[in-house]
Formats: sequence, structure tokens, C-alpha cells
Amino acid sequence: MTIEANTPSLSQLSASNGNVRPILEWIARRAEPVAISLGAILAGLALFSIFIAVVGKSPIELFKLMYTGGFGSWFSIQNSLSRAAPLLLTALCVALPARLGLVIIGGEGAVVLGGVAAAAAALPLTGSVSPIIVLPVMAIAGMLMGGIWIGMAGLLRHYRGVNETIASLLLAYIAIALMNHVIEGPLRDPASLNKPSTAPLPPEYLLGNIPGMDVNWGLVIGILACILSWILIEATSFGFAARIAGGNVRAAQIQGLPVGRLIVGFTALAGSFAGLAGMIEVAAVQGSANASLAAGYGYTGILVAFLARHNPLAVIPVAILLGGIDASGGLIQRRMGLPDATVLVLQGTLFVVILLCETLYGRFKIFNPDLWKTPALKGGTV
Amino acid sequence: MEDTGIGLWGVPLAILAGAIRVSTPFIFVSLGESMTERSGRINLGLEGTLVFGAMTAYAVAVMTGSPWLGVLAAMAAGAVFGLIHGWICKFPKVNDIAIGIAMMQFGLGLAFFLGKSFIQPVAPRLPSIPLGGWSDLPQIQSALNINVLFVIGALLAVALWWAFRNTRVGLILRVVGDSSDAARAMGLNPDTVRLLATAAGGSFAAVGGAYLSLYYPGSWNEGISSGQGLMAVALVIFARWNPIGCFLAALLFGGAGALGPALQSVGVTQGYYLFYAAPYVLTLAILVATSSPTRSLAGAPGALSITK
Amino acid sequence: MTKFLPMNRRSFLQTTAAGAAAFGLAPSLITTPAAAQTALTVGFIYVGPKDDYGYNQAHAEGAAVIKAMSGVTVVEEENVPETVDVQKTMESMINLDGAGLIFPTSFGYFDPHMLAIAEKYPDMQFRHCGGLWQEGKNPVNTGSYFGYIGQGQFLNGITAGYASKSKKIGFVAAKPIPQVLQNINSFLLGARSVDPTITCQVIFTGEWSLAVKEAEATNALIDQGADVITCHVDSPKVVVETAAGRGAFVCGYHANQSPLAPEKYLTGAEWAWGNVYTKFVTEAQAGTPLGNFVRGGLKDGFVKMSPLGPGVSDEARTKFEATHAEMMTGNFAVYKGPIKDNKGGDVVMAGQTLAEDAIELESMAYLVEGVIGSTS
Repeated sequence: MTIEANTPSLSQLSASNGNVRPILEWIARRAEPVAISLGAILAGLALFSIFIAVVGKSPIELFKLMYTGGFGSWFSIQNSLSRAAPLLLTALCVALPARLGLVIIGGEGAVVLGGVAAAAAALPLTGSVSPIIVLPVMAIAGMLMGGIWIGMAGLLRHYRGVNETIASLLLAYIAIALMNHVIEGPLRDPASLNKPSTAPLPPEYLLGNIPGMDVNWGLVIGILACILSWILIEATSFGFAARIAGGNVRAAQIQGLPVGRLIVGFTALAGSFAGLAGMIEVAAVQGSANASLAAGYGYTGILVAFLARHNPLAVIPVAILLGGIDASGGLIQRRMGLPDATVLVLQGTLFVVILLCETLYGRFKIFNPDLWKTPALKGGTV
Repeated sequence: MEDTGIGLWGVPLAILAGAIRVSTPFIFVSLGESMTERSGRINLGLEGTLVFGAMTAYAVAVMTGSPWLGVLAAMAAGAVFGLIHGWICKFPKVNDIAIGIAMMQFGLGLAFFLGKSFIQPVAPRLPSIPLGGWSDLPQIQSALNINVLFVIGALLAVALWWAFRNTRVGLILRVVGDSSDAARAMGLNPDTVRLLATAAGGSFAAVGGAYLSLYYPGSWNEGISSGQGLMAVALVIFARWNPIGCFLAALLFGGAGALGPALQSVGVTQGYYLFYAAPYVLTLAILVATSSPTRSLAGAPGALSITK
Repeated sequence: MTKFLPMNRRSFLQTTAAGAAAFGLAPSLITTPAAAQTALTVGFIYVGPKDDYGYNQAHAEGAAVIKAMSGVTVVEEENVPETVDVQKTMESMINLDGAGLIFPTSFGYFDPHMLAIAEKYPDMQFRHCGGLWQEGKNPVNTGSYFGYIGQGQFLNGITAGYASKSKKIGFVAAKPIPQVLQNINSFLLGARSVDPTITCQVIFTGEWSLAVKEAEATNALIDQGADVITCHVDSPKVVVETAAGRGAFVCGYHANQSPLAPEKYLTGAEWAWGNVYTKFVTEAQAGTPLGNFVRGGLKDGFVKMSPLGPGVSDEARTKFEATHAEMMTGNFAVYKGPIKDNKGGDVVMAGQTLAEDAIELESMAYLVEGVIGSTS
């Protein structure tokens, strides 16, 4: 489920020709996170089934329903993917700064203001300008706004020494207040009666669904953003510098790395992804900016990022897992008469166990070629 | 027309009364977290503990008829949550921030799940001390109706502040919080100290929850907390791990939160969302004004992951 | 699971009258000769917890009523956000549970969520609480229903007008949307029908459910001399208990909150969704068309009043009962001109009467003279 960052690439390995050993090592290192994650999920589900049995319901029925509701049919898969899409971007808002050792928990603020900025940018253009131009303008507006918002936390961190965790949280609350003020005041469409909103986007300006699927383009954008972020971290000097700075800020400064620019750059980029999530929510789902933008995607993204160990590629399966649990939650409520909170208990149990199992990394000989009888391939260790 | 309002005096009075009424959960959560963080651990999951405490206190008060038994039960439940967090985090490579977020989810879920049947019944409330008897004004009498837990919170803040500096327990916390290696060199087991500090923190946070459900606003439902637990954890960093600072930060936050309703009640009716953001803006402004890049970590426990 | 009503698009007639007041006056579906007691799965979607002592609970109690009907299966989902989540929940109810009739009960579910799903599933029926269904613009398999609960707030206002000594009453409101503004105005107009010098202070909390802020708002109102409080938030429990704890009288909303404050509770405006849902489901099972624009008040059994509490004087009781009786005949209008808004503009002209079914009341954007507060 998670993909380790510091393993040798396949091309590197095939260079040491002829031997099956490198292939085995490659598989072993890749298999470790998958095996541990799967084991943790099973253990978490086992714990949760005890809970369900104690409250007098059948765990087997529940797991059947979870499968049906989350992944059991093409409809259910699309349901899960739809719910996962915004989490991809909000998780990046946490995962990228985490590479620098920063803990950003205020992505929600960038989502809501990104959505408002996108809607506001579209207002004067709809009707006269083609959607091919308006949609990118909206995306840029959303990303700029989100980037400024979270970049501010980075800026305050570097130049004023303000703790970025608390600053981003405070900024999120302020952002939600600003959004409410704007959509019920200056930007309110008088025709939005019982749901104060900005003027709705005409249908031709909406970001539609992926062809052949009932999932909007947000999913593709989210996956692309994850891949690009991974490349940024793994394959660019910017990402390399960030990794050094994340390990030790002082050492990075001594080495002459531009720590300030890194911090502001990474937080701003992270915020722009969350802002883009807000723009997609407006352009693909809501059709206008309104209070439903504050749906908690920013907060759920924190969980996704930590479960993915801040690896942008691992964000993808984790977000889909979360989307699936979410999608099946409704069915559990409806068929078994269990309250909505059941899903929260399941998520809590599952995630605590998954995170606890982080401690197992490196403990199994089979996954660690360094402990095999003959010496390991050089450079393969972390 | 008989005028029983107090006009513009309502604003400062509301801020004072709000500071006293609203601050108590923040006080308890942040005092608890200051102990935990001083030991070098961060527990971001206190929002879940707070809500679980609120539910437990309410449920036990309904079942036994005694709000104080409710508070005790909440303390026990909060300690259990803290113990789980502390126990899990002692394993190598486990990230305490992430565990906190997952435990928050778990605590909220369990509280909502088990609390369903306690939404309808009415629980007995915690008593308050009427300190406003000297005044004829019912507004002042009401504002100075001070809950016992607030008083306990204030005393605890002073006691902790003193204990951190002057007692052996305080010294142990500081040493463990600054460096696990130094602690081991002194023959201390950092894991045990952190386990106990996290349990104590959880227990405090649950008392904050009990205040919400048994006194103000004094009701149990799934919307009882609007992030007080999470915000209180942030206030600890704001207060630089100083218990008296936590107390004052909580008062400031509670008072600023009362500004929005109070201004509307005296006729300042436009832009209320912006007034509602006052506590956050004010906290951020103070934070920016008092921080500096060179001494940003003053007072921070050395082993704390969030300030590294 | 059985499908609901084997109808297809061609069997729909051109829509006819809309905007009609009472239940069933806007027939827009052709009658299908289906057997009575058709097996039917009905889906309910709530935005909050379904036991909140307020808005969602009122709907869940309505759902519980139809659970007892033969041939009816009820599926419910709570805490569903107004995002893609609610769209997928509706689809999931259709695809996995075989639901044929869905009631998404939150204001924010209407546009775009329910409308989008209804277009995708033209054979399914959707009825939304609180929306303003428009003929020609919204799909014919959708509709909206709501109750004239402003009548109830007017009656609340009558009891408040007699009970208030300070001549100042208070209202804790969530957001300045038409349905909330109409309740505030109706509450004050009811009180002013007793004493025209009464004023009403309103405080907006900005959210539908925010316990601590609702308590703070209640305290602020009472500090400024208000001695009767009512509210329009999702869960009135906190407001009722806080106000009664400070010694103020309270009027309830959504559901009967008198057990929370037996001495101080005057009366309350309650929903009676059980009646509404029973009617919809009976019609669906019989194959008769469901209305698209369904409204009703006290006389239609959409809304009811809590029993009067001990704080209601005999004089107040007499006026309350007389007005209530007049409303039951359908001849009572809360909005009789001239009425000015609180900025001095005319909103209802002299001689003009807006009956409860007047469509302009559903887009109300003002607070009447005597209300201290602002709509933005």
C-alpha cells in the first residue's frame, strides 16, 4: 500500500546483470509496506469485529455490506472514487510540507477560499468567454488563493518563527468565516434563497465527468497532482533540498540551502493543491461557492497524508480506501440500523492499528535483504 | 416601556462573562496537554477525548443522578484514552501526531455511537457559586455565577505552574521532555513518564468535556464541541507550555468568542461572521507579535515532535 | 427489492398548474393504474444526527410513522454532507436498496444535488423539504414540500407578547435565509398583535448547529433585557435550556421541547411530518400522482402547536385559541399591510394582504420594523 522512497530503482538494479538476487531484493523491499499494511488492516478489522459483536450485530454481515457498498460493483467503485478525489489534493496539502518537517493542519481554509476565489473569478467571465478559458482561470484563481493562504503559514513560520501548525489551524477558522461573510454578503446571488451561494455557473462551464465514468475530472487531476508531487520530491533538486532541510534545518542552512524559499515554496504549493480541490468542488460538484465547501475534506486529508507516510503516490490508495469506507458507511446505516458513528469507530480503530504497525518496519528478516545470509546489494539501505 | 437592558455595558460584561463561561474546557484541555507536551509527547487527539468525556459525564450523570460521579467517570475514561495513546506511542517509529489524529476519530466515533441513547434524557447540572450577590443587576449576578470547575481550573493552573518549577515531578517531566537520553542517564524511564503524563492529560481533557455537557451549554448531542479540544492543543503552543499562560490564553479566547453575540445584541448587526472570527484573528495577531525567528522555540520541550 | 411504480418518461403528461397552495392541487403525473399497497422502499437523508431534538429528529419521527405502513420499507442515512456524498447516497439508495421515493430533507440538498440525480433517474421520485420547485425548470419527478410554520411562530409571538414584561423579546437564528427571516418576522408580528411597542432582538449564529455560540447568543439577548426567547437553529435544546436557566420564558421550535423546561415553556411551533409523509406514501402506493409543489399549514396538518405551558395567562390563552381557530379555517394572514421593514422601506402596502400561501413570502429578504438585526 505504501511505497518506500529510498529504494533503488529497477533500472539501477537491472544494471547488476544476470543475478536473480537483485530482483528478489527489489521485491522484498517493495513487499514490506504492502504486507505490513495488509496485515494491519486485517488486525484492525478483527478488532472492529469484536466491537460490532459486542454491540450485538453480525461482523460478517457488516463486512459483506462494506464490500458491496465500497467495491462490490462498478457503481460502488465509482462511488468510492468520487469520495476519494478531493482527498487526494487535500492530503498533498499535508504531505508536501511534511517533507520539510512542517505539520500543516489547516488545509480546510485553502479549500474554502480556493472555491470562493474560483467562483469569484468566473463571475465576470461566464457568458462572454469560452469555458476553455474560464475553467483554467478558475483553477489558477483557486490555486493562487490556496497558495497564498497556506504560504502565509510558511511565511510566518520562517520569517516570524510562528508555529505553522497553530497558524494554519487559526487561518482555517478565519478562512471559513471569510467565506461565510462573502457568500452571504457581497457575492450572494439574491436568487439563492435558502442556501446562500454565489451566482451559479451555467451548465456549459461545469467540469464534467470522466468519459465512461460517473466520476468527475477531479479524480484525474488529483492523481496527476500526486504523481507530479512524487516526481518533484524524488527527482528534482528542489525535492532533494527539501528532504535535507526536513531532516535538519540548521544543517541545511549551513550547506547554503535556501531554507526560507523552500518553506514558503512548499507550503504555497501545498496550499495551491488544496485551493484546486476547492475550485473542483465549485466547478464539478456545487456549481457555485457556498457553505458546503467546508465539508471537512481538509481535515480528512490530514489523516490520509499521515497514513500514506507523506508519500504522494501512497496517498492514492489510502484516499481510495477512505473513500470506500465512506461509501459503504451509508449502506451499513441503512441495512443494519447502526448509527453513522460506526464508520468513525471503524476508521479510528483501523488507523490506530495501521499507524501502530509502523513499528514493525525493518523487523522482519524476509523483507530486509541486509539480514539475508549473503551480503546485500550496496546502496540499497535507507 | 421598562428598560431592563444594560445597553453598551453589555459588551464588556459579555466578554467578562463569556471568558468565564466559555473558557473552562479550554483551560482543562490545555493544562492537560501542557503536561503531556512537557514530557515530550504531543496528543493531538484531545478533541476526541473531550467529546468522549462529555458523553461519559452526561451518561453517568443521567444514570446515577450525580453530576460529580459523571465528572469522575469522565476522568477515568479520559485517562484510559491517554493510556492507549501513551502506550502506542512508546513503540519506535510510531508518529505521535498521526496517532493523535486517529485517536481523535476513534474517540469521536465511540462517543457518538455510545451516546445515541443519552441525547433525549436531561442530566442534573454541576452546581455554580453565586459570587454576584452584591449586585442588584441580574446580568452581573448571572455573569458571576461561577462554576466550581472554573475555580478548580484556575487553582490547577497556579499549582501546575508552581509544580513544574519547584517539585521533583516537575523536574522529571522537564528532563524527560528535553531529552530521552538525559532522562535515561538519570535512571528515569521516559516511556513510563510520558505514559503517565499522557494519561493525566487525557483525564484533564475529559473534565473539559464534562463541563460542556454538564454545565455550559449543558447538554449532550453530537454537535456539543466545535473543535474546542483541537484549539486548546494549539493554545498550549501559544502559551509556550506555561500553565498560567494556558489559563490566560483560554480566558482571552473565551472572552473574544463572546464578542460576536454581544455586539449583535447591542445593535452592531453587520458582518457578524467577521466578529465571530475575532478569537482566531486575535490569537494569530498576538502570536505573530510575540514570536521571533530567533527565539521561536523558547520554552519548547526538546523532544517534542511538533516543534522540531 | 421491487421497483417503484413502473412508469416511464412517456407516461408523464405535460405539467399543469404549479404554485398552488394546498396539497395535491398541482397534479403533474398521470395516474398509473397500479395495485394498491405496492411494495415501496422510501429513502430518508438527514444532514445531521437524526436525534437532535430538532430539525432532523422531526423528520426522523415522520419517517418512523411510515415505517409502520404495510408494504413500506424505510432506509435512512444521517450526517450526510451537502456534497457529492448526498448525490452518491441517493444513487446508492436507488441502486443498492431499490428505493423508489427519496426524501432529501436538508435545504442544501436541492440544487444541484437532488436535481442532478433526478435527471439521471427519471423513473424515481424525489421530494425535497424546503426547496422551491419551479415548473418547467425543475424535473417533473422532483418536487418540494414545506409547512407554513410562520403561522406557528406568529402564535408563539402571541404568547410571548403577553408573557413579556420588558417588551423586548429575543430570537436566536442560524442564517439570514428567507425561511428564517419569515419566522423572525412572524414571531414579532404575533407579539405586536398583543402590544405594538414590543421589539425583537435577533442574533445570528451563522451555523445551523453550534451549541456554545447558541448559548452565548441566548445569554447576550437576556443581558439586553429580552425575557422571552425563541430560535431557529437545528437543535433548539441548548437555547431552551439556557433561556429557562436564566429565568426567561421560551417558545419552542421544530419539536416539542417542553420536557426541557416545563415551567418556562410557553408553547412551540412543531412539524408534523408524519402526516405529510403518510400522504405521499399512500399516493405512491395507490399509483396516484405525487404533488410537485406541496405546502400546508396548521389546517392541513403540516404544522402543530405544543400544548400551552403554565406561564400562559388566561388572556393570552383566549387570544391564542381564537387566532389558532381562525388559522384552522384558512382565513388568517400573518402579513397584512402596511408593513415596513426595519430600514424604513415599505414591504407590504396598505390594504395588501399576503396569505400564508403567497409565493413572495418564500423569498423574503427583509426584517420587519421592530426587529433589531440585519439581513447580511
